[in-house]
Amino acid sequence: MTTQTTAPDNTGAPAADDTSGLIGIPPRVGRALATGGGVLTVVSTFLAWTWTAEFPGDLTVYGYPGGLQVLVLVAGALTALFGLASYDVKGLRWLVPAGADAALRVAALAAFATAWYTVVAISAQLGGVVNLEPGGYVAAAATLIALLGSLALPVQRPEPDPFDPDDTGWEQFKHTSSHNWQVVKAAFASGTPRPLRALPSYAEILVIVAVLAVGLFVFTYGIGTEYDELFVGFLITAGLGFAALNKSGLIAQVSEITARHQNITVCGAFVAAACFPFTQSDDQYATIGVYILIFATVALGLNIVVGLAGLLDLGYVAFLGVGAYAASMVSGSPSSPFDLHLPFWGAVLVGAAASLIFGVLIGAPTLRLRGDYLAIVTLGFGEIFRITANNLDGTSGPDVTNGSNGISSIPDLSILGFDMGLPHDIGGFTIGRFANYFFLMLVITAVVVLVFRRSGDSRIGRAWVAIREDETAALAMGINGFRVKLIAFAVGASLAGLAGTVQAHVTYTVTPEQYLFAGTTPPNSAFLLAAVVLGGMGTIAGPLIGASLLFLIPNKLQFLDDYQLFAFGLALVLLMRFRPEGLIANRRRKLEFHEEAEAPTTLSKTGA
Amino acid sequence: MTALLEVEDLRVAYGKIEAVKGISFTVDAGEVVTLIGTNGAGKTTTLRTLSGLLKPVGGQIRFRGKSLKKTPAHQIVSLGLAHSPEGRHIFPRMTIEDNLRLGAFLRSDRPGIEKDIQRAYDLFPILGERRKQAAGTLSGGEQQMLAMGRALMSQPKLLMLDEPSMGLSPIMMQKIMATIAELKSQGTTILLVEQNAQAALSLADQGHVMETGNIVLSGSGQTLLHDESVRKAYLGED
Ligand SMILES: Nc1ncnc2c1ncn2[C@@H]1O[C@H](COP(=O)(O)OP(=O)(O)OP(=O)(O)O)[C@@H](O)[C@H]1O
Ligand SMILES: [Mg+2]
Repeated sequence: MTTQTTAPDNTGAPAADDTSGLIGIPPRVGRALATGGGVLTVVSTFLAWTWTAEFPGDLTVYGYPGGLQVLVLVAGALTALFGLASYDVKGLRWLVPAGADAALRVAALAAFATAWYTVVAISAQLGGVVNLEPGGYVAAAATLIALLGSLALPVQRPEPDPFDPDDTGWEQFKHTSSHNWQVVKAAFASGTPRPLRALPSYAEILVIVAVLAVGLFVFTYGIGTEYDELFVGFLITAGLGFAALNKSGLIAQVSEITARHQNITVCGAFVAAACFPFTQSDDQYATIGVYILIFATVALGLNIVVGLAGLLDLGYVAFLGVGAYAASMVSGSPSSPFDLHLPFWGAVLVGAAASLIFGVLIGAPTLRLRGDYLAIVTLGFGEIFRITANNLDGTSGPDVTNGSNGISSIPDLSILGFDMGLPHDIGGFTIGRFANYFFLMLVITAVVVLVFRRSGDSRIGRAWVAIREDETAALAMGINGFRVKLIAFAVGASLAGLAGTVQAHVTYTVTPEQYLFAGTTPPNSAFLLAAVVLGGMGTIAGPLIGASLLFLIPNKLQFLDDYQLFAFGLALVLLMRFRPEGLIANRRRKLEFHEEAEAPTTLSKTGA
Repeated sequence: MTALLEVEDLRVAYGKIEAVKGISFTVDAGEVVTLIGTNGAGKTTTLRTLSGLLKPVGGQIRFRGKSLKKTPAHQIVSLGLAHSPEGRHIFPRMTIEDNLRLGAFLRSDRPGIEKDIQRAYDLFPILGERRKQAAGTLSGGEQQMLAMGRALMSQPKLLMLDEPSMGLSPIMMQKIMATIAELKSQGTTILLVEQNAQAALSLADQGHVMETGNIVLSGSGQTLLHDESVRKAYLGED
């Protein structure tokens, strides 16, 4: 008979209430194993994992965890906590408003992945498993036990479709694998979280503060990771740990709370970000901080154009460049053709205004057209800008931009007598040059966030959505499509110009090669768009997180080198397949992507 | 008295294909005028031209005495001409309430807008019950109601409805027709395009029959309803 299959659970009568685990251990034993494995994992991080300090992070110490062990400790603790919570332990139920099992599985996976990554990295780097101390074996075994145990927990299996006896072997294989995939998906799916118990406002605000503090800590830790292995481990733990918290339903509850106190959350986030320089002892990581902030701010500006108005702008970085060039030329650089040194606010106005003008010049002729012309024109504009800046060097054309050498030696800003170029002591902390600019950039970010929020919630924001959803109907409503699109385009351009003015001063030099369409160092147009799409179109947090990741990953993972763009492309494809709405989902976007019947992809609608 | 809308020798083409070949008709204030005709006769094309979504190649359109030939679509709405396009065209991922608010995009009198939203809910209670839901979750007929309610939000002098009963069950269809009758009794002027000639003509003060881009027959609703050729061609009698 052809109905016989390789997977035994697929045959026979439809097993509607089949809730057996993914592997054949009794669920009770599995739960004990998972919880115990989590505890044992925590213990193992206090042991030595290797005998030599040659592996970075010094994992040779008994008594306290170091380097990657800390990450394993976090993941192990999470596993143990979810394990205990799955026993309905009093006082831990708040941890799992959407059920513990799925969260436990993901947490166990996090611990497993981090621990095994560490163990494998030690063996590979030092030449063999002989370099592992007992602690390493314990960690590997404990996380494996926890993972296996968690996989034995009961799963609400989806009903298998009956086989068609006429199916060919290949069709049956497809059938079986698609069912198995459904089962795995069911295993990692979580229920809807129970409604949040009403907390007094002050408690909710405390929750927000705590979440922001954790966020700041995680971010600071990520920036401060000193070697490749630690950063990879950080990505694994942070990513899967976040997924576990998401499965537990905690993230949903926190977003509910933050949604109730939006203003407090936004202000709090800025305070948290402003604390960042104070967590650093030197300017090294503040440098990364300010570059991330520039990148993220520009990405957020692009999100107004792409995410809110639905216009595909492939040359957005050029507006950053226009702003940077314009500002640098009026800021007293010796290579500027103008002998001008405006104060900061003057340079800001010049930079933003120049970008605004270019935005209108590019937008006015193209935004009238339907279709994807805008994408093509902006792509062209980005390149033309760069090439023109290269050629206005006095040889190929008039001397304006100083060609490929760019506008250099841009003096540091001095705002109200505060010299941004020098370190200052504030309350016992030394705030260096980059930290100064970090604070300045934070102000610019605040401006962009403000513009984003105000416009998103307003009449014009609604008009943007309407145009994006159905241009004909929007016109029939009396919306002047051309005008609202031009506004979005121009606002986006001038915000990028604003960021460009600060960027020019941070980097001292503005050269054409800083403003590529695609390259390995962000910001460039492709990475900006990717930050928006990966992070989540139409959200504020999305591009900020997307930009941070896209900046940190190439910056930290030096070994990726030539494969960087390849890895980036792969990540993009996977994300678009499995989470097209981006890391942070906008409510309306989510509808857009998960409406089964008529889900148009957004990018095909943009540019219209 | 001049008519609210005067269409004179209107010609519209898609590229070389002339879809409307010189039609003339008028709509007086307070009237319901209907355009009926076979598929592809040019009814939708006519409405789209009146609301500025298409540009005519010839002829005249005067609305409240003002020529519309060069007026862009968004300004036509502000003159008081609302269009509920064929195939509903609601904003599926916006809430029902946001859809209605967009209908009032050009108005700024908040209290008036709130009042009219309430009026739309009174007209179509189902919309009020589901005001916070995404409009795409409504059934086809309910979406049609939303499209009508939304068109009314601009407080139009003239409401153009393109096949409001498309794809509706007989009950829904009756409901839509009853609503049109109610709007008429409230004094709203309506230009109605319908496949259901029987229902449209029974409501209409004036009717025009279109065939391949021309108006071939005009008359009062009752006259057309009893006209031999109309009964043959559109009411399925022989
Ligand atoms: N965008 C277009 N491009 C080219 N031809 C078009 C276009 N839209 C409509 N036409 C043609 O113009 C003619 C009139 O179409 P129109 O949509 O106005 O008909 P209609 O009377 O509304 O028909 P129906 O009752 O089926 O809705 C048809 O022959 C149609 O094929
Ligand atoms: Mg039609």
